[in-house]
Formats: sequence, C-alpha cells, structure tokens
Amino acid sequence: MFSPSHFSAVLLFAVFASTVFGITQRETPQRMLRYGLYCFALFVGSVIVLSWVMFLIAR
Amino acid sequence: MASTPNKPAAVAPSQPGFVFLPLIAGWLVPGAGHFLLRKWGRGALLAISIVCMFAFGLAMQGRLYANAHDILEMLCLLGDLGSGLLYVVGRAMGLGTEPVQLTVADWGTRFIVVAGLLNVIAAVDAHNIRTGRKH
Repeated sequence: MFSPSHFSAVLLFAVFASTVFGITQRETPQRMLRYGLYCFALFVGSVIVLSWVMFLIAR
Repeated sequence: MASTPNKPAAVAPSQPGFVFLPLIAGWLVPGAGHFLLRKWGRGALLAISIVCMFAFGLAMQGRLYANAHDILEMLCLLGDLGSGLLYVVGRAMGLGTEPVQLTVADWGTRFIVVAGLLNVIAAVDAHNIRTGRKH
C-alpha cells in the first residue's frame, strides 16, 4: 500500500491538478506553464496557510 | 456614425468527421481526444497526470464507488465515472472494493474522484479544440 504523508499527498494532488488546469485553461505553451505554476503555488500555499490557521485554532 | 458590433470569429470545425469523437475518446481514455487532434504533447501530459492520479488513488486503497446510497455518494460515483475505461477496468479487476478505514484510503478515494473530474475537463478541452473554440 502506498502511504504518503499528508504533505506528500498534497504535493502529488497539486502537481496533477495543476498540469491539467494549465493545459486546459490556457492556449499557448508559455501561458499554460505559467498558469500551471500559478495553480500549483495556490494549491500548496493555501494548504500551508490553512494548516497554520488550524494549528493556531487548536492551541 | 454607426458602429458594427464585434462578432465573434466564426467557429468552424477544423476537420471533417464526427465532431464529438474527441470528446468521447477523451472521456473513455485519458488524453485520447488530444491524440486524435494530433496534440501529442498535451495529450501525453494529460494522460500521465490523470492515469497517475487514478493509480495513486488505488494504491492508497481508495474506494471505487459502485452504487450510491445518498447524494454525496452519487456525486462521487459521477466523478468516478468521469475516468471512463479506467473505472471500468478497475471495477472489472475488483480494485477499490474495500471499505475506507484509513485516512490515506480516504485521500485515495478523493484522488480517484478528482482524476475522473479532471478527465472530464480534458475531454471538454479536446472538444473545444475540435470545434475551433480553442487552438
């Protein structure tokens, strides 16, 4: 059984979803790459921010 | 002075044939819609992303929904069906039948559902390329 950590699972999810979003939502390869990276940063960034928020709420 | 409204560019199929073929092929096999349109790179990246996400979901002991007892399960089943033949093959091989008992298995179930939804987005993108709405 493949058992990644929570953060590894987030990274995997973000990579695959960002790839599809980048290719399908933009027209030129350069804009696809930029949008894919943007989505990846938003996925991972929002997870980090929300994790800290939950950590501070739980304290 | 009268101004003519800007009309959108005429959308014309770029090639003859069944216009929904890339949509259906892309739904059944991830990336196949783009391959039919000779978008090899895009198709390969889409196929790798969707198939890997589906496979990782199964490897995490995610569940493949077979029936729906409530609205949430129905939505998840619809998401799973978006994977096309991946779902059919997975069900035929008896994968994803065990109940979710671990947190990782729950993530796996979400991976499988999202892989199906991403496949639908990819298939619609292939259809848009086929109809000339996108290049």
